[in-house]
Amino acid sequence: MVRVIVDGTPVDVAPGSSALQACEAAGKEIPRFCYHERLSVAGNCRMCLVQVVRAPKPVASCGFPVSEGMEILTDTDVVRRARRAVMEFLLINHPLDCPICDQGGECDLQDQAYGYGTGISRYHEDKRAVTDKNLGPLVKTVMTRCIQCTRCVRFTTEVAGTPELGMVSRGENAEITTYVEKALTSELSGNLIDICPVGALTAKPTAFHARSWEYKKTDSIDVLDALGTNIQVQARGGEVMRIVPRVNDEVNEEWLSDKARFSVDGLKRRRLDKPWVRVHGKFHAASWQDAFVSLARRLDGVSGDRIGAVAGDLCDAESLCALKDLMSALGSSNIDCRQDGAWYDTSAREGYLFNSDIVGIDEADALLIVGSVPRHEAPVLNARIRKRFLRAGRGGFPIAMIGASSADPTYDVTFLGDGPDVLTSLLDGSIPFAETLKSAKRPMIILGHGALTRRDAQAVYEACRTLAEQSGAIADGWNGFNILHTAASRVGALDLGFLPGPRGLAAANMLRGGVDVLWLMGADEFPIDKIAPETFVVYQGHHGDAAAARADIILPGAAYTEKPGTYVNMAGRVQRAFRAVFPPGDAREDWRILRAFSEVVGHTLPYDTLEALRARMVEVNPVFASIGSVATPQARLPAQAEGTAQKTTAEFSASAFRPAIDDYYQTNPISRASPTMAECSRIYAPVRAVAAE
Amino acid sequence: MLQDKDRIFTNLYGQDDWKLEGARKRGDWDNTAAILAKGRDGVVAEMKASGLRGRGGAGFPTGLKWSFMPKQSDGRPHYLVINGDESEPGTCKDREVMRHEPHKLIESALIASFAMGAHAAYIYIRGEFFREAEHLQYAVDEAYAAGLLGKNAAGTGWDFDFYIHRGAGAYICGEETALLESLEGKKGQPRMKPPFPAGVGLYGCPTTVNNVESISVASTIMRRGASWFAGLGRPNNAGSKLMAISGHVNTPCVFEEELGVPLKDIIEKHGGGVRGGWDNLLAVIPGGCSVPVLPKSICETVLMDYDSLRAERSGLGTACMIVMDKSTDIIEAIARFSRFFKHESCGQCTPCREGTGWMMRMMDRMVQGRAELEEIDLLEQVTRQVEGHTICALGDAAAWPIQGLIRHFRPEMEARIRQYKAAPGGTGLVQVPAHGVPVAAE
Repeated sequence: MVRVIVDGTPVDVAPGSSALQACEAAGKEIPRFCYHERLSVAGNCRMCLVQVVRAPKPVASCGFPVSEGMEILTDTDVVRRARRAVMEFLLINHPLDCPICDQGGECDLQDQAYGYGTGISRYHEDKRAVTDKNLGPLVKTVMTRCIQCTRCVRFTTEVAGTPELGMVSRGENAEITTYVEKALTSELSGNLIDICPVGALTAKPTAFHARSWEYKKTDSIDVLDALGTNIQVQARGGEVMRIVPRVNDEVNEEWLSDKARFSVDGLKRRRLDKPWVRVHGKFHAASWQDAFVSLARRLDGVSGDRIGAVAGDLCDAESLCALKDLMSALGSSNIDCRQDGAWYDTSAREGYLFNSDIVGIDEADALLIVGSVPRHEAPVLNARIRKRFLRAGRGGFPIAMIGASSADPTYDVTFLGDGPDVLTSLLDGSIPFAETLKSAKRPMIILGHGALTRRDAQAVYEACRTLAEQSGAIADGWNGFNILHTAASRVGALDLGFLPGPRGLAAANMLRGGVDVLWLMGADEFPIDKIAPETFVVYQGHHGDAAAARADIILPGAAYTEKPGTYVNMAGRVQRAFRAVFPPGDAREDWRILRAFSEVVGHTLPYDTLEALRARMVEVNPVFASIGSVATPQARLPAQAEGTAQKTTAEFSASAFRPAIDDYYQTNPISRASPTMAECSRIYAPVRAVAAE
Repeated sequence: MLQDKDRIFTNLYGQDDWKLEGARKRGDWDNTAAILAKGRDGVVAEMKASGLRGRGGAGFPTGLKWSFMPKQSDGRPHYLVINGDESEPGTCKDREVMRHEPHKLIESALIASFAMGAHAAYIYIRGEFFREAEHLQYAVDEAYAAGLLGKNAAGTGWDFDFYIHRGAGAYICGEETALLESLEGKKGQPRMKPPFPAGVGLYGCPTTVNNVESISVASTIMRRGASWFAGLGRPNNAGSKLMAISGHVNTPCVFEEELGVPLKDIIEKHGGGVRGGWDNLLAVIPGGCSVPVLPKSICETVLMDYDSLRAERSGLGTACMIVMDKSTDIIEAIARFSRFFKHESCGQCTPCREGTGWMMRMMDRMVQGRAELEEIDLLEQVTRQVEGHTICALGDAAAWPIQGLIRHFRPEMEARIRQYKAAPGGTGLVQVPAHGVPVAAE
C-alpha cells in the first residue's frame, strides 16, 4: 500500500492507483467527465485537476499515479479556479438546452456546473453547432451537446468490441462520429446512453417521454437473457418508462444488453389483460371465475397422466413452484421447463450451471466455446470474455469455438470446426487446441444451447464433460465446465425440479399428443403447430404471442416488472426482483392465479402469501434461501449416476451446430411485442432467405 | 559572436557537397567508433557536461534526458525518435540540417542511440519537407551502403537502423507524445504524462524524443569535447545554436550563433538591420510564434539565450525570431497566431479545444476594435485559464503570444477600440454586450 496525504488526511491506497482514486478513498469528491472506472483513462476533460505539492502545474488526477508520501490538495484556490475555468470552457459551446434535454436531471455537466461552475457566462461569440448523427434505432444523438470526453469511443472500442465510433477532425471542429453514417452494431449500445455524461447520446425510443426525476425506481432482475443482469425498472404512473442497469460486479458489472433495455415498449403492447375462453372456436372474454370454472370442468375426469405443463423462459421461480405443486396435486408428473428440448445432466446442480460463475471468466486462461454464440445469447457475458481477452494481452487467453456463427465474437477466436466430431479430435488430442486446454491452469468450456438442443445433445454434453475432466477444467477449487443458458427461468426451474417425474413426459412428448390438457406457462418458443390438434391448451402468460393464439383458455399473468419474483441466473445465483408496476387490467401475478385455481379444482395449494410460497421453495431446494449469492460451493461433479452412464454410447450426428438464437432482437414474447426490437431486427438481423412466391 | 572555427554546421547553406563524401571531408563519420568507445555512461556524461539544452524550444538539458533511459533493457527495445516536424511558424532551422547536413544528423543519431541503448532511430519529418526527406533518405542509403548503418554500424560494434517517417502536416505532431502517436499510425494527439516516453514511449517502449538540432550537434560535441561546447555562450546557456531571422529585416537568413549574444547585435549583423533602421523596429518575437512578443525597448538590451529571455517573460523557443517594423499591425499579427493555434489544436482536452476558439474570436474583434475595453482583461483571463491546464504545451503556446501582446501593447489595443467606437457609423452602442446588457460608450 502507498500512503498518500489528501488535504492533510493520510490514506493508504494500492500501488498503481491514480490520484483520483486516492482522493475518493479519502472521501473527497473529484468532479470528472471523461474518467470512467471501467474504461481506459483519457485525461482529456481536465475537470479532475488537483494540486500535487511540488508539481508546477495542476495535474489531472485521473491519470496521475500515486507515489509514497505524495500530498494532494483538492480544495485550494488554484484547484477551484482550474475547475471553474474548465467548466466555463465546457459550457461555452454547449447549447444549454437543459429544459428540452432528456439528460436533464441526471446530467453530469448540469450537476457539476452547479457545483463547480461560476453561474454566469462570459462568452458572447457565436457558438459551435455539430450535425447530429444517425446511430440507428436505439441511440439518439444531439452532437452539439457533446463535450468530447470520448467515453463513448472508449466504450465501443474496449468494452463492446465494435470500434465504430471515433473522433474526427481536430480542435473546435472535433466531433464524435461513425464517419460513414451507420447504425451501431453492438448489442451493448444502450450503455452509451448511460456513460455519456451529457445529453449527446440519449435513448431514441423514449426521447421526450419523461424526466428523470419523475420515475419511481424499483430494483429488479432482467429476464430477457439468462445472465440475471441487475436492473432498475423506472416507472411513471403505471407505466414502465425505462430500464437501466444496476452495478453488480459479480454479474453484469454495470452494463445492460440492448434487448433488456429497449424491450420496455413491448411491455405495453399485445398484453393479455383479461381471461379468455374459447367457445366454438372463438375467444370470448370471461371473468376469472368463469375461466376457472370452465377450466375445472374440462379437467374434470381427466386422469393426472393426461395433464401436462410446460414452463416458458421468463417465469419466476415462485410461479414455477406453484405450477409444479398444482400439477402434482392433480396427479401429473408431466412437467417440463425445457421447451427447447435441451438435455443436461440434472442429477446434480453442477450439471447445468455456469459453474465458474461469471467472475470466473476473469480468472480463466483458455476457453472453448461449444455450440454457443455468447454475443447473442448473453451480450454482457460476452463483454466479460472480451475484457478477459484484452487484459490477458496477445495470446494470453486463447479462445476456440466449435460451431460457426455469422456474428463477430469481438475477440480473436480459433475456429475449430462446425460439428461435434471436433470434440473427438479434442479428446484424442489430435488438434493443437487440446494441448492448449490441457496446459492451461484454469481452462474453461462453455457449452451452449446450440449444442444442447440437438438430438445428440447428450453425447455432446458428455464428450464436453469428459474433455473438461481430461483438461483439468474440473479440478479442486475450479470448475470451468459451464453451461450457457438462454432462458432466465431455466436454472430456477431445474433447481425446483420442474422436470418430468419417473413416468412423466418431456415437453416434446406432451406436445405430440401425450396429454389431453396442456398447461403452457409463458411457453412460446417452440413451433406451436406441433401441438396435437385435439389437445386442450391452457395458456397462462402476459403476452398474446403464438401460444396464446392456439390456446383454449387464456389466463392473463404478470410480466417480470409486475411481480415480485425470484430468478436464478445461469451461474446459480439466486436473485430477487421487486414489483415496479401492477399488471394491466385483470391480469394477476402468476402464482396467485395458480393458488386461486387450485382452490377451484379442490386441491388448495398450502400457501396464501408470497412468504409462505418462498418458504415452500426453500423446502423444495435450500438454494432458494441464499438470496444474492451462488448457493452451493463449487465442488467436484459427483460420479455419474448409473442410469445416465449407460447412455453414453449415443453417437454424434454429423450435422453442424446451429446458433441457438436466430435473431437476437426477437427471442421472447416481450421483445416480439416491442416495436423498437422489431425495428432493430429489421435493421440488424441477417437477411433471411425469402421463398420465391 | 561565434567564430568560424567554432561553427558546428559548416555546410548550413549547402554550399558544399551534402552527400557522404562531402560530409566526410567536413569531419563527419571520422572514427565514430572511438566516440562509442567511451561507453554509454561516458557519452551521457559528456553530453551532460556540455550543458546542451534541447534545441526544440523547451530547453530541457539533453544529456539529462538521455540519462532517463533505463540502464538495462527489461526485454523491450529502446528507441530514439528524432523530431523533424518543424512546424512552428517562423522557424526554419532543422530543415537546413536535414537537407545540407544529413550525415551529421545520422552520425549523431548513432551516438545518441548508443548512449540510450537504442538500436533503432526514427525521424519524423514534417510532411511538407519533401526534398529534405529525399536528401535524408539518400544519405541513409549512402550510409547503409558504406556500412555506417546496419549491423556493426560504422565499425562501432553497435547495430543501428535509421528509419524515416514523413508526417502529414499537423503542427501538434511536433509535440513529442503526439509525434509518437502519429508514428504509431494513430491520430496525432498528445498523451498524458506521466508515464513519460523514457518509460513508456513508442510502441510502449522506452523512448527519447529529441529535436533534430539537439541530436545533430552531438557528434561535434563528442569530437571537440564538452568543455569546448560549454565554453561557448553563457553559463547554463552553453553552446552555439541555429537561429533564424525573418520579417522586416534587410537580409532574412538562417545562421549559427553563440547563445548570449545581444538580440540587437544579431539583427544588425545577420539580419542586416531592421528595414528602415533600428528605430523603425516595433517588436520582435524571439523564438517562433509560441513565445511572447518583445517590444523594442526590451529588444535594445536583451540577450539571445534561454535565461535572459525567460527573465523578460518571453522565451528562446526555437530562436527563430520574427522581426516586425512599425508598419506592422501588431494586433493583427498576434490574431493571426491565434487563428493558427485554433486551427492546430488537436481537440483532445477541453481548455485548448474551447479556449483557442474563444481567444481567436476575441482577437479577431480586437483587430477591428469591435470590443469593450474590459474585454481585454477578459481575454487575459481566458489565456490564464488555458495556460497550464492542458495535456500538452499547445495550450500554453496559444496563450503566451496574447499575454505578451496585452503586456506590451495594451495601449494600442485600447486605442483601436476607441477608434472603432468613434468611427463614422459607429453608434457608440456596443456591438457585443459585456454581460448581456447593452452599455453606452463613454
